Amino acid sequence: MAKKFRLPDPGEGIHEAEILDVYVSEGDEVQEGDLILYIETDKAAVEVPSPFTGVIEEIRVKKGDVVQVGEVLMTYTEETGKEARHKRKPQPEEPSEQRAAEQSRKKEAAGEEEEEQCERRVTEERVEKGEVKQEEDKELRKRAVAAEKPKAEKKVEEEEGDKTEGRKEQKVERATDRPVPASPATRRLARELGVDLCEVPGSGPGERVTAEDVRAFAGDAKEKPEREEAAAAKREVTRERETEAEVPEELAMEREPRRPLFEELPPLPDFSRWGPVEHMPLRSIRRATAKQMALAWSQIPHVTHQDIADITELEAFRRRHQEAVEQQGGRLSLTVLVMQAIVAALKQFPRFNASLDPEAGEIILKQYYHIGVAVDTEQGLIVPVVRDVDRKSLTELATELTEVVERIRQGKAKREELLGGTFTITNPGPIGGTAFTPIINYPEVAILGLARARLEPVVEGNLNNFTIIPRLRLPLHLAFDHRVNDGADAARFMRTIIDILSDPESFILNV
Amino acid sequence: MVMGELPVEAEVVVIGGGPGGYAAAFRAADLGLDVTLITDEPHLGGVCLLRGCIPSKTLLSLTALVHTARVATAMGITFGDPRIDLDTLRDWKDKVVQKLADGLQQLCEQRGIRLVQARATFNGPDSLHLQDADVHGMTFKHAIIATGSRPIPLPGTDFSARIMDSSRALELEDIPKKLLVSGGGYVGLEMGMVYASLGSQVTLVEMTDRLMPNADADLVKPLARTVEELFAGVYLNTKVTEVKEEKKKVRVSLAGESNLSDSTFDRILVAIGRRPNSDALGLETANVELDKQGYIVVDKQRRTANERIFAIGDVAGGMLLAHEAVHEGKVAAEVIAGQPAAFDARAVPAVVYTDPQIAWCGLTEQEANTQNRKIKVARFPWKASGRAVSMGITGGFTKVIMDPESQHVLGVGIVGRQAEVMIAEGVLAVEMGAVVQDLALTIHPHPTLSETLGEAAEMLLGSTTHVSARKERRKVE
Repeated sequence: MAKKFRLPDPGEGIHEAEILDVYVSEGDEVQEGDLILYIETDKAAVEVPSPFTGVIEEIRVKKGDVVQVGEVLMTYTEETGKEARHKRKPQPEEPSEQRAAEQSRKKEAAGEEEEEQCERRVTEERVEKGEVKQEEDKELRKRAVAAEKPKAEKKVEEEEGDKTEGRKEQKVERATDRPVPASPATRRLARELGVDLCEVPGSGPGERVTAEDVRAFAGDAKEKPEREEAAAAKREVTRERETEAEVPEELAMEREPRRPLFEELPPLPDFSRWGPVEHMPLRSIRRATAKQMALAWSQIPHVTHQDIADITELEAFRRRHQEAVEQQGGRLSLTVLVMQAIVAALKQFPRFNASLDPEAGEIILKQYYHIGVAVDTEQGLIVPVVRDVDRKSLTELATELTEVVERIRQGKAKREELLGGTFTITNPGPIGGTAFTPIINYPEVAILGLARARLEPVVEGNLNNFTIIPRLRLPLHLAFDHRVNDGADAARFMRTIIDILSDPESFILNV
Repeated sequence: MVMGELPVEAEVVVIGGGPGGYAAAFRAADLGLDVTLITDEPHLGGVCLLRGCIPSKTLLSLTALVHTARVATAMGITFGDPRIDLDTLRDWKDKVVQKLADGLQQLCEQRGIRLVQARATFNGPDSLHLQDADVHGMTFKHAIIATGSRPIPLPGTDFSARIMDSSRALELEDIPKKLLVSGGGYVGLEMGMVYASLGSQVTLVEMTDRLMPNADADLVKPLARTVEELFAGVYLNTKVTEVKEEKKKVRVSLAGESNLSDSTFDRILVAIGRRPNSDALGLETANVELDKQGYIVVDKQRRTANERIFAIGDVAGGMLLAHEAVHEGKVAAEVIAGQPAAFDARAVPAVVYTDPQIAWCGLTEQEANTQNRKIKVARFPWKASGRAVSMGITGGFTKVIMDPESQHVLGVGIVGRQAEVMIAEGVLAVEMGAVVQDLALTIHPHPTLSETLGEAAEMLLGSTTHVSARKERRKVE
């Protein structure tokens, strides 16, 4: 029997991924760990290593497909004897086998038992050496996504995973030869919520599973990504079974978009009444951005403070050192300079390097300075985070940012590189613009926007005695969360940044 | 009988007007689907209503009356011997059937279901050929096959006026002096009892070593005793090997334990099983798969190998009971409407309407044995039930089968009057995943037979009101 490789749940509420490339073909022999797929979630694009060793039997996806977590991406024919042992367990999702089992159930008077039985391994079987393979597989799949994590961290996660696995197995250690005790209404609820009754711990007498248990499990699973890993895979099986064996194609299609991005929006009119339209799916990065922006805009009371920095000297400084930095492999851009100026200012105004926890009634001040830089890519807006900016030299920062931006544009960003920012810079200036109001990257509390720097006439002196000189002026826009900072704070913070930017010497002092 | 315009393209077409078919059609219509119901009979109701459950139970309620009147003598009320007016009896039975069939027709009309009288056969994966209808065929988005089953004749013979199937026997053409019943299942027993109560001399032969082979032996015992008293002869391990129809008689050859000297009968009722009506439907053109016995293969959602087509009721196997078909029909309709339905019943109740009645649900003891499954069983004898004693029906008992570890109610079996009603509580217990304590702690009205279920549950917990603890220990296995 073939082994199935499903899209693992990377957590973080990711439900789908786009297949950017398939590195293997049907019939290929692959080793566990070989890169087989290149996928993009709404967080990042990652290369997925093979969780199994074997021959690829069937590839069910192609470039451009959008797949759901738990969906079968490819099947493997197994090779090793160890894996062959799994073959005795019939795969429940094979419709024909299911039917056959069903039929034989009917023929046996005993009948009803078989169908709701937990389709899981008996505990004794697990105890047998080598039988933990399947869990390893799970682990590998997990690793496939978490591949970029530092080794030590991964190790810890593996151990945790094992523990969770053990717990889960214990939790559902029901005898496998009987149906899960639950009322017909509860069983239906479980189907409705896509919950496998076998996984739900029963709170009633004799471990009877109640409707509340099912609801709690479904809710829990949503909140706890770790548990969802298993549950989602199961749920997807159910869903798959439903779409294959229960819901006609057209109904299934109708069901899918029922994951609204926004609650309670008035229905859209039929635009085609007024002219031809095209429907473009909201997916991947576009979808993530839409969500994130809607969240920030609706939750954070934004104020945008605007000022202009004189960067004439700074630009001269930049040009002076540009070449030296370039020899190290970095580009000394305005963004790099601003990044460092910001960190210097953040140290003086810690409430701009913070997050608000309204539930706990706390402002969380971060003692690290990870600056997000908005990058425009072909796929859309991505914000990689440059870590510990305060501890890096301009050259280091320039080099790192150049590398990161390059990787991002190639779609090779790792998910970790997009997490953990404390403050964000966005610089559409090179493209154009005199002023704009950026949106804070939730859960941060401020963002600095750079419009286009222009050479402008500046009047110096007074009305009776003045000179007009050309200066390079950079419009800055600081959007801040008014719950955490006030207008005066913002003005002071901005002043500090401007002072640093207008005096390149301060950079040298800073480093 | 065409209501409304016959569509050339149907959203949901249900083939078969029996309980499964009409239940599916009604549910689908209630869910807002556009439904066409095709039946090749002039009335709705199928075998169950027209030639099965309903007419037989109509007759059985009368024969129970005969029986009650007879035993009342011992309690001080004597009725004269019953006089049977066969024409009135038959009319009464037909009226009952007609009334219910008319009711169904109305329910159909009220729901706006298109009712078509025609014989439907598939001529493609999404199309039907209709014979004897205004339209020759139609295509469908979804179809539900509910064509039921039919009785199996004895090998080498056909059914006739004297070699009757159950439907024929229910027509009550006359009261045969000597009737042979072939088959000791519920049909043979029920109809044998009807004819015996009406005055026939009934002989019953059964191929296996006991009556009702799929029910637990202990439940069958009290019934077997009554049957042996009521019938002229009951022969187990006996088979009808040959049937010869003579002028006004049927001569049969028997093989096995019978010692019958005279083997001629006025009529013979053949009740040896049923086979699915899946053979003349053109299913091969519709990519619908059958198993070896001819039952349509379906999944939990009642979907066949062709995902547009569903199958429910006898034609798809199972216990071949109307209430099972009804539920399967609803599941199919709901699945088509996009609901998360599945046929996942854990206790399909079975009722034998003899006197005493037998009813059971969930796991039986013999199933537990075949599965090598540990169970704990308690039988509460009706001798200890005040209500049973007051009714003079102390021969029955109520048993509860429990999982010894989890104490879940796995099955219930009842033999005695009103078992048909009482079994429902057992079904609910099994479906709800109830533990025995749930049954024991539920107050049952006193004095009723339903108390016996609560007391059987108490027995399993160690202490019951109306049976002494010492005795009880022997009863609980």
